[in-house]
Amino acid sequence: MSAHAERAARFVADAPRARWYDQAVWLMRQKRDKGASSVPEWEALRETAAAIKAHTLSRLADYLEEFERNATRNGIQVHWAGDGAEHNAIVHGILQGHGVTRVVKSKSMLTEECHLNPYLGARGIEVVDTDLGERIVQLANEPPSHIIMPAIHKKREEIGELFHEKLGTEKGASDPTYLTHAARAHLRQKFLAAQAGITGVNFAIAETGGVVVVTNEGNADMGTSLPPLHIACMGLEKIVPRARDLGIFLRVLARSATGQPASVYATHFHGPVRGGEMHVVIVDNGRSAQLGSEVFRRSLSCIRCGACLNTCPVYRRSGGYAYGYLIPGPIGSVLGPQRTAEASDLPFASSLCGSCTDVCPVKIDVHHELLALRRVMVVQGRTPPGKRTLLRLLAWVLRHRAAYEAVGRLARFFLRRMPGALRFGPVGAWARGRELPAAPAESFRDMMRRER
Amino acid sequence: MSSRDAILRVLRRAAPPPRPLPEEPAAITWPDPVAQFVETANGIGAPAARVPDLAALDGAIQGLEAWRKARKTVSLVQGAGRSSFDVATAKDPHELEGIDVAVVPGELGVAENGAVWIPGKLLGPHRAIFVIPQHLVLVVPAGAIVNNMQEAYARMTIERPGFGAWVAGPSKTADIEQALVVGAHGPMTCTVFVLG
Repeated sequence: MSAHAERAARFVADAPRARWYDQAVWLMRQKRDKGASSVPEWEALRETAAAIKAHTLSRLADYLEEFERNATRNGIQVHWAGDGAEHNAIVHGILQGHGVTRVVKSKSMLTEECHLNPYLGARGIEVVDTDLGERIVQLANEPPSHIIMPAIHKKREEIGELFHEKLGTEKGASDPTYLTHAARAHLRQKFLAAQAGITGVNFAIAETGGVVVVTNEGNADMGTSLPPLHIACMGLEKIVPRARDLGIFLRVLARSATGQPASVYATHFHGPVRGGEMHVVIVDNGRSAQLGSEVFRRSLSCIRCGACLNTCPVYRRSGGYAYGYLIPGPIGSVLGPQRTAEASDLPFASSLCGSCTDVCPVKIDVHHELLALRRVMVVQGRTPPGKRTLLRLLAWVLRHRAAYEAVGRLARFFLRRMPGALRFGPVGAWARGRELPAAPAESFRDMMRRER
Repeated sequence: MSSRDAILRVLRRAAPPPRPLPEEPAAITWPDPVAQFVETANGIGAPAARVPDLAALDGAIQGLEAWRKARKTVSLVQGAGRSSFDVATAKDPHELEGIDVAVVPGELGVAENGAVWIPGKLLGPHRAIFVIPQHLVLVVPAGAIVNNMQEAYARMTIERPGFGAWVAGPSKTADIEQALVVGAHGPMTCTVFVLG
């Protein structure tokens, strides 16, 4: 079994919980549908968003330079990092230069990707995640299980217990409003005490040299308007050519993510707070390599809305942790294997039903990329030996008529006499989760021969 | 070679063939965008109403429950509400903590999503003023309501250097079992008045 399948098996072992999770995530998909259908030009918007991204990717270097020039003119200091380690060193260097030991951070999948929190923690800098869901998983010492709802896997009672232990809320209290307001009070103290704020970046505008950060909670705004130092960390694919392009992207982002017509805050930073400093760290970490591939560059268009997770039958029924990569679900299964060897099994953790492709606001061919990646994984020898041998065997059988007929006869025999055998061993991996078909009395070939 | 130059070199080498920027599609409009804006704002948890003039606005603000209970107030809209605390004298944004209600002007309102554009130049010395108060009151001129975000970006100018934010309703979260809770980190309520 693949690592994903093993972890998914553990997840579905608790059937009521698995069902609860499936329904919770599906609710998001339904909200997305409502949001999307409220806009008559929705499909044209998706086309436009995809075309802007495709254009931007064809001139990425130019736009990044334009961004750097304009941002610098706005008084923003721009840094470049080839990989996660360099990113972390840059951020640490800036914080150290200001004697910062207390940082508040708003949601950023990039800093997760670079493992910034443990890096800074090991150097005596406290990083507090301020998105409520991220704070919950940080207090529980877990990674996020969804890119926009990091604690979606936790029940309110578990969060109540966690907050009781860590924040001193009443024992047994699990009302979401009570818990959220307890976190509000706790985090407000952190905001007021912070010496610097770190944010991710949803969009960086080349034409104006600023970055845009989108939240519902306002944590990025609290975290950047109180301390004098703001560090924004962005993957280099976050660039858009012009401010007016946000007129397209902001229309699709919130509706795809949560069904809201707009996220509560979409903040445009074009310079530091009065008397303060603002830095932007542009990170590559494997992205430029992806640009060179015709098949896989499209996934650089991703705006991290999470719609493909919410719609995915595999994500909904296996949970975020089954993927073992920081971005779970279909888009994570495309991005993960290109960044790390541990994610090699993820392209196979899909039914290729294509629902992800249908909901993607920037029209990434997610399921086609997953199929293409399977091939890459086999060619690069990144599939387990059992699977490799089996596929080789199958290829041979399909090329040799006599072998094919013999295997067919064998399969019909087992289906009739001892179907259990077909669920056994590596050959049985496919059959274990499925109903076996009834064996036909004779093969199509036999029928043809008889009729002639 | 610096990381910057190395990254840019790889990006140039890997760049796909040029693709043109697309035309924007025609976007949704309403016969009465102001009425639609008020309806949408109410729908996203931001009580909204149209007031004919400054006197009516002032009266409406004084009538708000949050305002009546407030002790520390700030108004950045001349003639609407009043300030018990002068943000212009605050040397540090941390002094803004404890503001109960802030009245903040917006430059644009968007009918399709209820969002209000707040440019930095209208915020005074500390941009925290739109997010740190317990309650927020936004005031948008009726002539500044547009149909959709595409119209909004065609009309607005980005301050450079500077700041600006879309605000659509009160701060909210659904991170605990997707139960919607208002008042995550920013204002617990957001009331919107369309003036004129």
